[in-house]
Amino acid sequence: MKSIAELEAIRNKAREQVSLRSEEDQYRIVVGMATCGIAAGARPVMNAFLEELKKRNINNVSVTMTGCIGVCRLEPIAEVISADGKKVTYVKLTPEKARRIVAEHIVNGRVCVDYTIGATESAK
Amino acid sequence: MQIFRAHVLVCGGTGCTSSNSPKIAEEFEVQLKKNNLENEVKVVKTGCFGLCAEGPVIVVYPEGAMYTMVKVEDVKEIVEEHLLKGRLVKRLLAGNDEFDYNFFKKQMRVALRNCGRINPESIEEYIAFDGYQALAKVLTEMTPEQVIDTIKRSGLRGRGGAGFPTGLKWEFARKSQDDQKYVCCNADEGDPGAFMDRSILEGDPHSVLEAMAIAGYAIGANQGYIYIRAEYPIAVNRLRIAIDQAKEYGLLGKNIFGTGFDFDIEIRLGAGAFVCGEETALMTSIEGKRGEPRPRPPFPAVKGLWQKPTILNNVETYANIPVIILKGPEWFASIGTERSKGTKVFAVGGKINNTGLVEIPMGTTLREIVYDIGGGIPNGKKFKAAQTGGPSGGCIPASLIDTPIDYDSLAQVGSMMGSGGLIIMDEDTCMVDIAKFFLEFTVEESCGKCPPCRIGTKRMLEILERITGGKGEEGDIEKLEILAKNIKAAALCGLGQTAPNPVLSTLRYFRDEYIAHVRDKKCPAGVCKSMMHYVINADLCKSCGICARNCPVGAIKGERKVPYEIDQEKCIKCGACMEKCPFKAIFKNA
Repeated sequence: MKSIAELEAIRNKAREQVSLRSEEDQYRIVVGMATCGIAAGARPVMNAFLEELKKRNINNVSVTMTGCIGVCRLEPIAEVISADGKKVTYVKLTPEKARRIVAEHIVNGRVCVDYTIGATESAK
Repeated sequence: MQIFRAHVLVCGGTGCTSSNSPKIAEEFEVQLKKNNLENEVKVVKTGCFGLCAEGPVIVVYPEGAMYTMVKVEDVKEIVEEHLLKGRLVKRLLAGNDEFDYNFFKKQMRVALRNCGRINPESIEEYIAFDGYQALAKVLTEMTPEQVIDTIKRSGLRGRGGAGFPTGLKWEFARKSQDDQKYVCCNADEGDPGAFMDRSILEGDPHSVLEAMAIAGYAIGANQGYIYIRAEYPIAVNRLRIAIDQAKEYGLLGKNIFGTGFDFDIEIRLGAGAFVCGEETALMTSIEGKRGEPRPRPPFPAVKGLWQKPTILNNVETYANIPVIILKGPEWFASIGTERSKGTKVFAVGGKINNTGLVEIPMGTTLREIVYDIGGGIPNGKKFKAAQTGGPSGGCIPASLIDTPIDYDSLAQVGSMMGSGGLIIMDEDTCMVDIAKFFLEFTVEESCGKCPPCRIGTKRMLEILERITGGKGEEGDIEKLEILAKNIKAAALCGLGQTAPNPVLSTLRYFRDEYIAHVRDKKCPAGVCKSMMHYVINADLCKSCGICARNCPVGAIKGERKVPYEIDQEKCIKCGACMEKCPFKAIFKNA
């Protein structure tokens, strides 16, 4: 170890590995991964969330799975829950949509209205 | 780098390891693979969570869900339900009842901050949680005097038992002029039932290494030794791994952080002699000689290891150092009481529901530990006393259960902080028997160098054996007191000076029990075998014969429709009959 900068670099890199274990999440992304979700392609969606968060070095967001959310016809579904408990439900997701949600909602705080359950249902 | 969405932390402390946690970790790997989750979920072995009574313990992140008493067969369910479908396995969750919740609520983890959070065999994980930042700060921003001043202002006192102010100890060693100084770590945890230091070393070995390097910088030493008992194989192994990793990263060795500061650490294994926890005996043992104490002064800060200035601190003391440096002495001093700062780790054992490892702010009362954190006494029994400080300490009776746990309050009631063993006793405990147990331990462990300890404790034990054997004589209690006083005054080291404490404190609070043994030849708790016998109540006995079949020595005779009887001559007082009787017709008669 030659310098503090070196230690700092190791810390930042190692933090990514363990950030999962800190309790302070800014957002929680919950992906529906019941049979209906998986059949509709929830796994690539979840992986897209994870990859995009990783790529952007975002450590205070956790991605978890949940069971059937109840509206199987709109799967893959993901809920983005902010620290204050507000929940936005996104439906009919694809990996591309997942990446945009990270960029818009998580990074810039703008809800991707066109992907939400409200927009999808009223457009019918 | 791989991205994991969930971490499964499996406790790898000694307690959970012996209840099969390594197999559970293996099973997780197998089940994860079966469900194609091996690239999404990572299994990590970590240190002690503290809830040893409910082990094996595992925690699943990001939810932070804690599962207790997990069996290998449960792993499949956790993987398929929780990790695959995101549904918690409620039947295994801790915190279902109030006890488990309170267990963590009243605790404050400072020394144990990383236990159960990081993989102790990974230096990266330690660094991720600010590991080695304190060393970096000390080496680049602070002078040795500032470091010592910080520790002094924090109010940290030695966690090994005596409670000497750590900063002062360092200052003495700093002021001793010599070409070579040493930093030693006392990991020779010897009190029966104590496992705080082992758990810290198993769960967070790097924090001790970092603190020793800080101590080395503060006093001007470049060599450290960790004296650890060979009976702690997991802790020794993790320390070895940690030292190798720290050397590889250049956090130990030459020119650390390019500041020109060198520091190296070696491990010395102890053979498990209790006396080697005494500082001069420990250093004599590191030197390769027979572990015996020597008179002080000169104190180790002047002439210690190899006659050079040396500081010796306990594992838990060191574990607090990096936090104090990073969060500041004011933060540390804000925890605890007027003269006892910070937290203390206790290994709680004996007659208590939540056996395990707890860390509490100083000043927490014994009642909170026993009833809130410890979950009370099993089987609805009454709390009788708690023993702190092991064979050097004393007991705190039920009447003093609201005593705050700090150095001075404990000394005032005739006990001591000790290294952190806390043994809870219920109403079925005989206090004379307990005193005898601890004295047997010190007689066994006395090194024999000084006569007061070698002969005096032996004589005391003989008197206690006489009393518990039903052959106590008038004047025995007084003889015990005289011997105790003289041994305390004349013994060479801490072992002898404190050996009479369990006798003195039980005499102070439970003198009537001693008198009952000596004068009435009765053991009120019904423990001392020579003074009790088992009887079958003829009215309650249904002549089923179960007692007779279970008696190992054939001491019970009887026939159908006639109540059974115990032959007191043959009876060995094992109690098997009482345990087996379906009608509760057998009683202990004290």
